[in-house]
Amino acid sequence: MSVTPDLVVDPKRAVRAARWAEFKVFTRRFMRNPLGVVGLVIVVLLLFCAAFAPLLATHDPYLPSLTDRLAAPSATYWLGADELGRDIYSRILYGSQLTLLIVGLVIVTSAPIGLIIGAVSGTVGGWVDVVFMRITDVFLAIPKLLLALAFVAALGPGITNAALAITLTAWPPYARLARAEALIVRNSDYVNAVRLAGASEFRIIVFHVIPMCLSSVIVRMTFDMAGIILTAAGLGFIGLGAQPPLPEWGAMISTGRKFIFDQWWVATVPGIAIFTVSLGFNLLGDALRDLLDPHLRQRK
Amino acid sequence: MSASKPLRLFIDIGSWLITVAITLVGLAALTFFIGRVLPIDPVLSIVGEKATPEVYQKVYLELGLDKPIWQQFIEYLGKLLRGDFGTSFSTSRPVLTDLLNFFPATLELSTIGLIIGVVLGVPMGVASAYWHEKWPDHLLRVVGLVGYSVPVFWLGLVGLFVFYYLLGWVSGPGQLDVFFVGVVDRITGSILIDSAIAGEWEIFFNAISHMILPALLLGYYSLAYISRMTRSVMLDQLSREYVLTARLKGASEFRAVAGHALRNAAIPLVTVIALSYGGLLEGSVLIETIFSWPGIGNYIYSSLFAADMNAVLGGTLLVGMVFILLNMLSDVLYRALDPRSREFAK
Repeated sequence: MSVTPDLVVDPKRAVRAARWAEFKVFTRRFMRNPLGVVGLVIVVLLLFCAAFAPLLATHDPYLPSLTDRLAAPSATYWLGADELGRDIYSRILYGSQLTLLIVGLVIVTSAPIGLIIGAVSGTVGGWVDVVFMRITDVFLAIPKLLLALAFVAALGPGITNAALAITLTAWPPYARLARAEALIVRNSDYVNAVRLAGASEFRIIVFHVIPMCLSSVIVRMTFDMAGIILTAAGLGFIGLGAQPPLPEWGAMISTGRKFIFDQWWVATVPGIAIFTVSLGFNLLGDALRDLLDPHLRQRK
Repeated sequence: MSASKPLRLFIDIGSWLITVAITLVGLAALTFFIGRVLPIDPVLSIVGEKATPEVYQKVYLELGLDKPIWQQFIEYLGKLLRGDFGTSFSTSRPVLTDLLNFFPATLELSTIGLIIGVVLGVPMGVASAYWHEKWPDHLLRVVGLVGYSVPVFWLGLVGLFVFYYLLGWVSGPGQLDVFFVGVVDRITGSILIDSAIAGEWEIFFNAISHMILPALLLGYYSLAYISRMTRSVMLDQLSREYVLTARLKGASEFRAVAGHALRNAAIPLVTVIALSYGGLLEGSVLIETIFSWPGIGNYIYSSLFAADMNAVLGGTLLVGMVFILLNMLSDVLYRALDPRSREFAK
């Protein structure tokens, strides 16, 4: 005789159910984009390689073996050996950790910096906005790789400095993005309501403006990963990124450069790794943008 | 509406110049920050750790490090305005002289790269907009994605391996074969123009065979961007009613697309092309190091290893300046070309 339990629904459960339904719709739409799925697979594979590098590797990535210098790909050295006889396959695996480390460092620093500057700039307005946006424009107007290069040249080479330098060039787009969103949100009814209720500007920015910027920032982040990987590899190639004997992919190409004509695998294999990973992030970013970007969604 | 036209124009130009000036000062502030503030001891980074106290003291005073930081910056700006970029420690010439020496080669390479990018990229973009969601569009998507994902320095190496070493279709690194170097008098600094002026056609074609691979790579680099932008602009234009009108009036497909839609798309495309030119200047840094191309990129690269900060920062400053001016120029071009923004300019 009890019909009521079905009608009185626990609100928390309802929210959870709604989230779950939304997630299912999202997954179904994502699965319809085969290229996006390929991208996701590549990215998951990268995470897998990085996490289980010690298990998957067949050799010690740092242990030289002078008798096997520049050995061609074979049953022992699946992708050949480098100029010190180190196994390239194992070095690529360990290199994925470094790639993730740099990308992670850059993303966790540049996105929040850009987000805060943009949100403050858009919400507060006035001269704060003018000054912040001028600074952003200056950074946007300078070629990224060159700025990063000069920055590392001054700080000294190394993985953290390279990440710092890339951060320095990577935050401005986030600031622009967050500002644009903040300008829309700033005068919306719900923000005015919160303001009338006595919330401080700080509270408004942190709890009401920044969350609204997040989805476009996440899409942008996925796209940026590919760019960050390429810039980091470029710095590594020039010799300003990770230092030997670290198996950073860009640096590996740089050492393989001397043997490109006779032992082509030394430089070619790390390049394929960089290419695959940044292609993966690009494909994933493309798919996520189609799904999440509110502007594109409206048009359809 | 209220102000007279010439006055309006005057104000526009004025505010534009102020924007350019502020951005350039910002750029100088950045290089100043990197060169003077960032190193723990700027003197040590110049003289090295084994310098005697006298040398150290001399450089310390020369750099003006005893003065307050804002005064140092003003002096730095003043020097830049007078064209004084400091002296390169590796070549012991003024940095500006070096840069002007190397710049033509970079300009030559990136200009040819840009021409390749435009000639191939624009038709590709138009085709993929016209056959939207058909195979040319998918093909372009792949070409573009590969262009965005591939490390350009690696592609250069692989290109050298395949086309120079395996196939022998192109010449190797460098601008010319060794025995041609220095034969032609330097007039413009562009090897193609100089050898053509001298009538040395053998050298001219040798230069082309050296240039074709790096130029194609740079062209590909810009093609990915140009074709993608062309596609999105053309998609927008092709759906407009004036294209339909043209078709209804019996215009051929070619005329409707190339004569009507592309003409209207051309205005934003000018901006895109100007921007990608700036991108090419940057892309040439890595390409030049691979191909031993005697340009700015190679200069910066070799200065890095000589710990020659003046040269590195001078190169950054020059490329940054060109980049900013190109940005601003594309802005002006857009306004000058688009009749709407000319009339309704606020």
